[in-house]
Amino acid sequence: MALTLDDVTRIAHLARIEISAAEAAGTLAQLNDIFGMIERLSRVDTSGIEPMSHPLGGTQRLREDRVTETDMREPNMRNAPEKQDGLFLVPRVIE
Amino acid sequence: MFEKSVAELSRALGSGEVSAVELAQLFLARIERFRAFNAFLDMRPEVTLAQARAADRMRAEGRATPLTGVPVAHKDIFVTRDFASTAASKMLAGYMSPFDAAVVENMARAGMVTLGKVNCDEFAMGSSNENSAYGNVANPWNPGAVPGGSSGGSATAVAARLAPAATATDTGGSIREPAAFSGITGIKPTYGRASRWGMIAFASSLDQAGIMTQSAEDAALIFNAMLGFDPRDSTSIERASEDYTRDLAMPVKGLRIGMPKEFFGKGLKPDVEAAVRAALAEYERMGAHLVEISLPNAELGIPVYYVIAPAECSSNLSRFDGVRYGHRASEYRDLADMIKKSRAEGFGPEPKRRILIGTYVLSHGYYDAYYLQAQKVRRLIADEFQRAFRECDVIAGPVTTSVAFGFGEKAADPVEMYLSDLYTIPGSLAGLPGMSIPCGFGDRGLPVGLQLTANYFEEARLLGVAHRYQQATDWHRRMPGGIA
Repeated sequence: MALTLDDVTRIAHLARIEISAAEAAGTLAQLNDIFGMIERLSRVDTSGIEPMSHPLGGTQRLREDRVTETDMREPNMRNAPEKQDGLFLVPRVIE
Repeated sequence: MFEKSVAELSRALGSGEVSAVELAQLFLARIERFRAFNAFLDMRPEVTLAQARAADRMRAEGRATPLTGVPVAHKDIFVTRDFASTAASKMLAGYMSPFDAAVVENMARAGMVTLGKVNCDEFAMGSSNENSAYGNVANPWNPGAVPGGSSGGSATAVAARLAPAATATDTGGSIREPAAFSGITGIKPTYGRASRWGMIAFASSLDQAGIMTQSAEDAALIFNAMLGFDPRDSTSIERASEDYTRDLAMPVKGLRIGMPKEFFGKGLKPDVEAAVRAALAEYERMGAHLVEISLPNAELGIPVYYVIAPAECSSNLSRFDGVRYGHRASEYRDLADMIKKSRAEGFGPEPKRRILIGTYVLSHGYYDAYYLQAQKVRRLIADEFQRAFRECDVIAGPVTTSVAFGFGEKAADPVEMYLSDLYTIPGSLAGLPGMSIPCGFGDRGLPVGLQLTANYFEEARLLGVAHRYQQATDWHRRMPGGIA
């Protein structure tokens, strides 16, 4: 099953990446090549096989519920594109 | 001095033949001299020299470890406080991390001196280093050949003796493939051995840090400082620390080496096959037994990988929104537009491609057909390795189908490029420790790597098996011309 140009535009929107019509056309051909290769997986019999999400089957380790983080507000904000009074600035979202 | 191994430098530092400051100056000068290789992305000589002075003080005060004063370069996937951390992406141009990655921290604690940050494929996605936003890295063996990827800068730094060791990361072969292409030793440990804390995430169930050096002995010395449990990484394995040099002297007599018949089939170039078979014959001469094994589903590794890795990457890279850090577009209409434009401008073509694949396979109606199915086939592949390890102690074969290819040869065709990792991806999917060691030369005088894979947590044995070969041969001692 091949993707269409509409699929590419929709995926790019879901991924929040702006894509021009020209880029979408080029991307379409590449994605279809890649999915052509991936398609082989659908023919593998995996009935009764547990999905493997972690190489060693580990469960998430839980830690004691205590404060471990120190206040890193200033260093963590050093790379912010725009900031003011210890807050990240973004374009207005509520009129 | 520049051509010395980590073990040799350690001895020279210990005897007082050389100081950490002298070594740092020597390697900084070499990096400057071979700038055209484009291996380094950020250097700060004042930081390096301050670390070297501190290492010399550690030694004077009797607090030295075997690695104190030994220089190292870090792949630009590890965040560092004192050097910019970009993941070779425009998205993170100039990013200064508020903390050091765990691996960087561990090595600094042992007294290793950071020479700078090295180039790689953007967000570690690639097999040729051609996906860096900061330009190609040259293969010192042949200026027209790629160094491999994604750890191409690390590979070139070690191959050209610009650093005795460099950190690297492996998601589907990003340590073994460039090590093979560049004629050096590269090892990835068992998934979970190296902390991923501070390693810029690509595919979290696969990403694993490792090291590139001239020899297995050097890698063992560094693993002793670099690996270990870290509560800050939720997938870090809780195991007691161990001495990775303990099996270096172990003879290979009686060792059963499994040769997967699928790795010697069509597609494997004759020059690579000849060098790999000669290396296996050398092991036989040393008393090892060669056993044919089968990994029938290994060839499905590539499709499995190109579902799982993009899926995890689309999720990990969603954090780059131009709000808290990273590139922000200069012109936009509103918040949604700002995010879309920032991501369109900040990411290069390969991360975008993988984000799109990942977004699709995780999207409504496709999750079971792609992501879940890929995770099931991943288990089939991992189980096959366990069956194989009942018949053999280590698995050996080629790392790549060919020696290093030329710039631009595969860049236009993603699927062709993805096939570069045919022999390395299965081990990564299983989470097994694996390495590449130099075993000869092929077409155009380019190096060939021998891939060795061991079972979970058997890094010490793996390093021992590699070290025995390096005691019997001198391929790992060969250097490219023109770097003296």
